[in-house]
Amino acid sequence: MSLILQDVKKSYREPGGTVLPILNIARFELADGEQMALLGPSGGGKTTLLNVISGITAPDSGSVTIDGVDIAKLHEVGRDRFRARKIGFVFQTFNLLPAFTALENVLVGMTFAGLGGDRGRAGHLLERVGLGHRLHHRPPQMSVGEQQRVAVARALANRPSLVLADEPTANVDASNQQNILDLIRESCREGGVSLLMVTHSLEAAGQFDRVNKLADFNHPRGQG
Amino acid sequence: MNLFAIAWKSIRQRALASSLTALSVALGVALMVMVLVINGTVTRMFSQSATGYHLIVGAKGSPLQLVLNSIYFMDRPIENIPYRYYEQLKKNSAVVHAIPFNLGDTTEDGRFRIVGTIPEYFDVEYIPEKKFQFSQGRALTGGFEAVVGARVARAYGWSLGSEFPIAHGGNLADVHAEKFKIVGILAPTGTPNDRAVFIHFDGFYSIAGHEKPVEEARAEEEARQAGEAPIILPNAGSKTTGPLRVKAAQPGNQSQPAPAPQQAVKEVASEQKQVTAILLQMKSDTLAYLYAPRINKAPVAQAVNPIAQISRLLNDLVGNVRTMLLVLTGLIIIVSGISIFVSIYNSMADRKREIAIMRALGARRGTVFSIIVAEAVLLCVLGWIVGTALGHALVFLAAPIVEARSDVLINPWSFEREELLLLPVILVLSILVGLLPGLTAYRVDVARGLQE
Repeated sequence: MSLILQDVKKSYREPGGTVLPILNIARFELADGEQMALLGPSGGGKTTLLNVISGITAPDSGSVTIDGVDIAKLHEVGRDRFRARKIGFVFQTFNLLPAFTALENVLVGMTFAGLGGDRGRAGHLLERVGLGHRLHHRPPQMSVGEQQRVAVARALANRPSLVLADEPTANVDASNQQNILDLIRESCREGGVSLLMVTHSLEAAGQFDRVNKLADFNHPRGQG
Repeated sequence: MNLFAIAWKSIRQRALASSLTALSVALGVALMVMVLVINGTVTRMFSQSATGYHLIVGAKGSPLQLVLNSIYFMDRPIENIPYRYYEQLKKNSAVVHAIPFNLGDTTEDGRFRIVGTIPEYFDVEYIPEKKFQFSQGRALTGGFEAVVGARVARAYGWSLGSEFPIAHGGNLADVHAEKFKIVGILAPTGTPNDRAVFIHFDGFYSIAGHEKPVEEARAEEEARQAGEAPIILPNAGSKTTGPLRVKAAQPGNQSQPAPAPQQAVKEVASEQKQVTAILLQMKSDTLAYLYAPRINKAPVAQAVNPIAQISRLLNDLVGNVRTMLLVLTGLIIIVSGISIFVSIYNSMADRKREIAIMRALGARRGTVFSIIVAEAVLLCVLGWIVGTALGHALVFLAAPIVEARSDVLINPWSFEREELLLLPVILVLSILVGLLPGLTAYRVDVARGLQE
């Protein structure tokens, strides 16, 4: 099993001191190579869930096991390293580094993983997403569709076992949405990488074999 | 990609702000480099070239003026002392070398000092273990011969065989008719000797007006024999009032248009001769120490330890100015460092998202901290490189101007060892100014930063 969440709870303390529960998940699983769409409204805890799974945020309690490693038990440096090597991220707003070219944006992810800069692989990945002619262009010089393609190439650069996609088509124009979605799914399928996409778009989610509503297994206030 | 490459990307992204901050460091470093080079030049000028001689003997007056005048060829000569005094000193068993100097005249345009001396001057080490070398020709042997310093030869384009007249007492309207012929050009010494013109003592006294008037000489001699103190009269402006014993032909007919002046060496009586200074090399430092008070007790002359005088000048005046300049330029560099701190720190607010993205991609807190410190280091090192180049370029450009205006020789290619200390200082400073912005990056909340 690629990903298992067990008894995960996460809450935030509001400025007034009130505790705001966000996640309360008894059990959640994603198999090796499986692709799942997770539906939920804005503010429903989708991004927090991805942050907990990726180790950006530590859960208050529970375990987050990826490839047999409970990252909730790792110290922060360990989580950072694990995230760099095992998890690919595709963000809603692409989150490319504006000063870096497409090639460098892919290389920088490799650098942080401690894998060095494999320019050949980075170039190959960019060619794979149709950007072989845009290697040395910086994000401001590219269309939003191209930027998200760079983000996809970057997510796959370190041969992750899990790709997390947070509303990857929300900021892409309609004509490119399907292309991006196809690209992410095909790339993950080719690499045998598990894919978890959170979205509020029924249309995007409908293309996945397995679709879950976050609310079905996340009960932040303990109901259900 | 390494951390410095990533940091360099961030610097380039903020090209204008980065350039301005690096420029502020560069200006500070350039100023520091110039101060160090000038300080090195002045220190060398006032310390090395004085060390060849134990004592400088000259007319009573300002000891510093005597040293500046006879060793550095600066300032005006005080007065003259009798040549016989030199003859007596020379005979003293404690004295190894006694070199007489006659000063006051200049080249025709007033740029360089004329030094009347004896050939022995070129046999003595001008600073310990450094003897004069000739790039061309030889030392003086007599008559109207001249040896010129490297800079003088370069300035006038003179070569062996060139002839030149000299201006009496530095008065450019009073140029002697006699011409001196260059028989030697000194190799560069890096000392004031480079900008001096040495003429033979005999030639110097063969010029009209350089010997003491006979009446004055006789009066002085009579006073000496009567046991009175010798009369010391200023040399400048004195004119011969009595007949002189002339060994060779008199100057040619002055009414002829531009005839080559017929010049010959005159035999001048010792009592008519004077010297401006006597450079003494003693058998030991102790002897010099003991000998100086004896000279100073007598009314004729003073003996001055050149190193002591120059050390005092360096400490009292130059040293304070140097310290002040070094402190000021140090402050400029610190202010530059603060400007780097402000620039990077201010940019952190706009870069939280960028930092958060790096962290989301797996960069550790220590990594983003290092990237920010690396930015500060790169900016400072860039400033150091540009500043060092700029400083030396300014020294290169200023050297001939300074030389023309002050006679201070600055080697345009000189590099001071202290400059090497600037790099570690800059590195420490850059790390210090990068710490706080680095800590800001270290503390960035990734989840919140990604949402900004």
